[in-house]
Amino acid sequence: MVGGLDFGVVRDNLPYFFLGRYPKGPLGGVALTLYLAVVSLVLSFLGGLFLGLLSVSRNRLIKWGSTTVIQTIRGMPLLMVIFWMFFLLPALLGGGMTADWTIITALTLFTSAYMSEIVRAGILGIPKGQMEAAVSTGLSHKQAMTHIILPQALRNMIPSFVNQFVSMIKDTSLAFIVGVSELTHVATQMNNRTMLYPTEIFLFIAVIYFIMCFAFTELSRWLERRSAWRKSI
Amino acid sequence: MNYRFDWAIVTSGKYFDWIVSGLYVTIKLSVVSIALSFLVGLVIAMMRMSHVRPVRWFAHGYLEFFRNTPLLVQIFFWYFGSYKILPQAVNDWMVRQDFEFAAAVIALTIYTSAFIAEDIRSGVRSIPKEQMEAARSAGFSYVRSMRYIILPQAVRLTIPPLINQFLNLMKNSSLAMTIGVAELMYQARQVESYTFKGFEAFSAATLVYLALSFLITGLMTLYDKKVLQPIKGH
Repeated sequence: MVGGLDFGVVRDNLPYFFLGRYPKGPLGGVALTLYLAVVSLVLSFLGGLFLGLLSVSRNRLIKWGSTTVIQTIRGMPLLMVIFWMFFLLPALLGGGMTADWTIITALTLFTSAYMSEIVRAGILGIPKGQMEAAVSTGLSHKQAMTHIILPQALRNMIPSFVNQFVSMIKDTSLAFIVGVSELTHVATQMNNRTMLYPTEIFLFIAVIYFIMCFAFTELSRWLERRSAWRKSI
Repeated sequence: MNYRFDWAIVTSGKYFDWIVSGLYVTIKLSVVSIALSFLVGLVIAMMRMSHVRPVRWFAHGYLEFFRNTPLLVQIFFWYFGSYKILPQAVNDWMVRQDFEFAAAVIALTIYTSAFIAEDIRSGVRSIPKEQMEAARSAGFSYVRSMRYIILPQAVRLTIPPLINQFLNLMKNSSLAMTIGVAELMYQARQVESYTFKGFEAFSAATLVYLALSFLITGLMTLYDKKVLQPIKGH
């Protein structure tokens, strides 16, 4: 008992909070939250890189097209993107997609739009002279981009990517709405079953989320300080 | 695909009215929450810069905890779980209100205020330190220097990030549907389940969200052009 709260329900169900019904059933809880976040982040990185490169293209049509897509996704709530995916993907693919992968698709699409802005800012942050120098030594625009600009830009973007991972962990909680049994879903199930301990259950998962997110927030700050220090010497 | 589009259901009649009423609730939720978030954020930012250590620590803990926890979990906490930790009088008051709406406002306010506090703090920090020193040596107390010298300048610089937070808040308010607040997203789902016309219902809601987003972004551009650029120019 802590301040009139009874955390017994949490203690008795710890494995359920962390692993879901695994090993007797599918993986859930914290493990699934991290799995969804990591897979979606890796895919979003690729998506963001692709959209970001399109948005700094010298071809106007490609530039405007990609910017429109990016701004449209950024103008929508994540929940809207999730509902669209759950509605459209079965219609387009004729079913066969699991709920896990549908939510990963939605998270990837949504986060790619935000990632692309980081990529774009990173590329535009590299002084113009670098591209000119690279091209004048005989590299093509594409070669200069892949060998000179991107390696520098990506290094500067690392803290922002880590921050994006924090948002991603928080965003995976929305998977609960479509019945994917990650941490928030596990908690609501537990709450529905026991009825008496909502305060304890939601406080507990809030702390779990906080530990995960705060660790990465601190990592991002540390990386930022380190890169600032490197630039200063 | 043999899906028959029926756009008429969302452009007029009963379902159109539902979408409009959802829009109204979304706007009400966002406006009430942003106003409260600004006030709470201002207080937390001042506490974060306080010279009294425990006050500073409290504000720091508040910021880190609420920024690093999903909004959805916070909504559930205030809706399902807050009754055990709040005083009885507050519980009674909340039940007499529209409880879902009140819980959503509390969650959105606390979540957003943590972000706004950081925006205000970086606004204050961008005002040169000498201004505070000059104000103090002219005989202003710390609080009065803040009130009359620093904050009026800092708030002007904080408005663009604040508008950005308003944009986020407006989109985040869609999560209130999970506890039954009949905002735009909720109504779109409602129309879908009554008519099986999900494509039309979601399209209508998407267009409304996009219109709101572009309106708010436009406001930011306008502010930058009309207010900030002239100041920087001189």
